[in-house]
Amino acid sequence: MKRKKIIIFLQRGFFFVTTTQKIVSLQFQKLLNDIIMVKTILLAALVIGAIGLIAAVILYFVSKAFKVIEDPRIDEVAAHLPGANCGGCGFAGCRALAEAIVKSNSLEGRKCPAGGDMAAIAKVMGLEAAESEPMIAVVRCNGTAENAPAKVNYDSAISCQFASSIFAGESACPFGCLGCGDCVKACKFDAIHLDPVTQLPVVEEEKCVGCGACAKTCPRKVIELRYKGKFNRRVFVSCINKEKGAVARKNCSAACIGCGKCAKICPFEAITVENSVAYIDFTKCKSCRKCVAECPTGAIHTANFPPKKETPSDAPTSQETPSSNENNQ
Amino acid sequence: MKTFKLGGIHPEENKLAKTCTVEYFPIPKQAVVFLTQHLGAPATPVVQKGDKVKVGQLIGKAEAFICANVHSPVSGTVSKIEPATDFLGYKKDAVFIDVEGDEWDESIDTTPDLVSEIKLTKAEIIDRMKACGIVGLGGACFPTHVKYLVPPDKKVDYLIINAAECEPYITVDYRMMLERAEEVMVGIEAMLVASNAPVALIGVEANKPDAIEHLTEVAKKHPKIQVVKLKTKYPQGAEKQLINALTKRNVPNGKLPIEVGCIVNNIATTYAIYEAVQKNKPIVENFMTVSGKSVPAPKNFRVRIGTSIADILNAVGIPEDTGKIISGGPMMGKAMSNVNAYTVKGMSSLLLMNDKESKRGEVYECLRCGKCVHACPMGLEPYMLYACSDAQLYEDCEKRGIMNCIECGSCSFGCPSNRPLLDIIRLGKNRTGAMIRARK
Repeated sequence: MKRKKIIIFLQRGFFFVTTTQKIVSLQFQKLLNDIIMVKTILLAALVIGAIGLIAAVILYFVSKAFKVIEDPRIDEVAAHLPGANCGGCGFAGCRALAEAIVKSNSLEGRKCPAGGDMAAIAKVMGLEAAESEPMIAVVRCNGTAENAPAKVNYDSAISCQFASSIFAGESACPFGCLGCGDCVKACKFDAIHLDPVTQLPVVEEEKCVGCGACAKTCPRKVIELRYKGKFNRRVFVSCINKEKGAVARKNCSAACIGCGKCAKICPFEAITVENSVAYIDFTKCKSCRKCVAECPTGAIHTANFPPKKETPSDAPTSQETPSSNENNQ
Repeated sequence: MKTFKLGGIHPEENKLAKTCTVEYFPIPKQAVVFLTQHLGAPATPVVQKGDKVKVGQLIGKAEAFICANVHSPVSGTVSKIEPATDFLGYKKDAVFIDVEGDEWDESIDTTPDLVSEIKLTKAEIIDRMKACGIVGLGGACFPTHVKYLVPPDKKVDYLIINAAECEPYITVDYRMMLERAEEVMVGIEAMLVASNAPVALIGVEANKPDAIEHLTEVAKKHPKIQVVKLKTKYPQGAEKQLINALTKRNVPNGKLPIEVGCIVNNIATTYAIYEAVQKNKPIVENFMTVSGKSVPAPKNFRVRIGTSIADILNAVGIPEDTGKIISGGPMMGKAMSNVNAYTVKGMSSLLLMNDKESKRGEVYECLRCGKCVHACPMGLEPYMLYACSDAQLYEDCEKRGIMNCIECGSCSFGCPSNRPLLDIIRLGKNRTGAMIRARK
């Protein structure tokens, strides 16, 4: 019995000793590990910190040595521009225009056509903003499916520029709109769309800012920038066909035939007829609409005029309306 | 069998007018002769309204360096000089002549006899080419005499005659080889004199075995001329590809064939040179195939320049299912938008494609299958050029070699997504070219 007890005691004692030993060694090792870890962290922190410090010193001196002084007004001017980078001003983007304005310190010939606040920019620059008439894109083609029926079908890459290089157009008019929508692609303001019925581009007046991107991209120069006009009212010749009247009419019933009737009746000498096509100078036109009634092919279009009434008082320009009414009769 | 290395395609041959001998098309009642029938500046008119002209009389004089003389193809009275509509619908200056009889200029030998002895010297032959308004009749209409003005530091090793006729449908060159081989050989002899080349190689595709046999037979009398059989593969007849196939030389990018000692001329040009040099006859007539799958009787015509295209089409009959009319071959030709136009130099065929053939398939996204890359004979990547041109990245286009594109249409031909590859690449090439020129 005693022997058994002794064995049990010894077993327990051994167990106790081994477990305590284990615990102590574990604790010791943990401590050791901790010390090593702290050391590593400290070392890393010190190394990184030192590199940072050296870099900071170098960067400080480099920044001192290569300092770029930018005019703070560039940012201020750019803030007043729309930021669409449409390129309508002739510069690569809004920032480029701002830089050009600040560098040259003048507003001459530098104008944001897309609705930039030129008055505010002038204030920033301490200059005077020149007053200018707002512009709008105008599509000068009458070649609807009805007026100029298609003689051939175009079945190739949808690009006006390409189409223009391979043929004269579906209606055979070598001057008219090709209807492939290069202008739609060019517009950054979503302001021009192809009419599904007429296949001609239509300008949305509220959205158009007159940047001229569409006019630039059109291979036929059908789109032109014109004055928006008083109350958004405009008169323009919706044809640029330079062929002789009979030839032009063969392809399009609403083509300008260059008869010159409009030029004769115009009281402001705004209309010129050259290469058998009439052109209304928008800087001289007073929107009297005498020419509209005179045109035999209906090539002169108006925009945003209220429908004509018999009483002269309702017409926008009371002086001219009676005479135009006489012409109608 | 010789061939070029890279790419190439195998379109359906459709040589429908193969067995038809060349017929003379009746002289038109009114001829309208454009003053721009060639690459380069327009010719200046030297006749006035009311003038009487004879066949072969000079009516448009070449004044620029790259320009060609224009001669009256008919005899009669000049009724007016004003713009006329060409087959693309654009206006070009033209001379309208009302035809009266068929009186030829006295200096022209109109007899059909073969004149095989060449009396003129090198300089005289080149002058004659210029005077007779010879242009490359393969399609590009480049004034031929300019090709023979070899710079003094260059030497011509090979005179290459392009008789591959790799375009489907067209058969005029084939007919010429069978019917006018002797004349062609004399024309080549004259060109050998003009170019000082030691040897002339005629490249003919293997799909014309009887033409090769006939030419080889005739060439036995001419020790300097060799007939070479080429593999039937499009575009075997393209200038750079033909040089590669026949001489294993590569024309450097943006350079002319003379850089590697070659002059390339079409076989139709050779015949025109024969007539000019031996008979003093300017280009007043065109060889023309009128063909198409639905055309009841395809024909090979010899047509006076200035004949109304509508008249020619009516002569063979326009089938009801015609979807597209093409001037030139189906691969490189241009679709006509106006048939009330008039024939010009180098218009070698009129094709009436039926509805089914002419319709383009629905366009899908690019699969990146690489068929276009495999087909391109210039080793370009058409899908990439398309993407760059479409995004208007012309600088990238230039880097990827868009200017080396020969516009053969092999890429569009095989595209399983029916993408208009060549259309957009052509536009991109145009724009990139303009950009490069603006830089200078």
